[in-house]
Amino acid sequence: METFMEYLKAFVVGGLICVVGQILIDKTKLTPARILVSFVVAGVVLGALGLYEPLVEFAGAGATVPLTGFGYLLSKGALEGVREIGLMGALTGGITAAAAGIGAAVVFGFLISLIFKPGDKS
Amino acid sequence: MKMTASEYDRLNKQVSPNSSVVKNCIFAFLIGGLICTIGEFLTNSFLHMGMLQREAAALTSVSLIFIAALLTGLNVYDNIAKFGGAGTLVPITGFSNSIVAPALEFKSEGFVLGLGAKMFIIAGPVLVYGITSSVVYGVIAFLFKLY
Repeated sequence: METFMEYLKAFVVGGLICVVGQILIDKTKLTPARILVSFVVAGVVLGALGLYEPLVEFAGAGATVPLTGFGYLLSKGALEGVREIGLMGALTGGITAAAAGIGAAVVFGFLISLIFKPGDKS
Repeated sequence: MKMTASEYDRLNKQVSPNSSVVKNCIFAFLIGGLICTIGEFLTNSFLHMGMLQREAAALTSVSLIFIAALLTGLNVYDNIAKFGGAGTLVPITGFSNSIVAPALEFKSEGFVLGLGAKMFIIAGPVLVYGITSSVVYGVIAFLFKLY
């Protein structure tokens, strides 16, 4: 039952964050690129204000998988960087925390694009 | 109830935009929620293998990015995105898709300025604004001793 609740929370919170994006697409005609940029920056800001951490504790992957979670990770890393090595940590911390995701996106993105052919625009 | 064709058109216009927004939101909720649930499942599986929370979370992102890149290469992800809308865009899988889709499309323009450059047509701005705002936050935290 506890595991079920955990998955339910991830589902509902993750779904709701996506609904916010859908409403922005339908009502404001923001392009997908602008939506993604807004979500990452929103994640950094909410992380900086300490508002995103409780959501991560509540919903787990429901809060970390959406791109706001990527922003949260960047802000958390920046703070840890500053804590550990001072001002230089502001520069290194965010990217260090997000390194696995950025590395995977670049390398897998490149390899898959290399291997596959463009799909039919159906 | 009798109405002329133009009356029907007008009523139809009043009703349909909203109902399509509601429909889009339901699909975004279900598909976005499902992707996050898969993420939660992956994290739990990695934790059961004895990984630390941080490693498990990182590997979850890496796995989702790989799966979405592969599904984009197989032309599956974009078909899900047709009805998933923001549900397929907002999760980290959408970030991965935003890299592979243009890279494949512009591959014919060369491996450097085609594939290599167009990979970042959406991911580039995301990294620019995400990283910059995190550095600004770090500097503010340093100056005001918020750490």
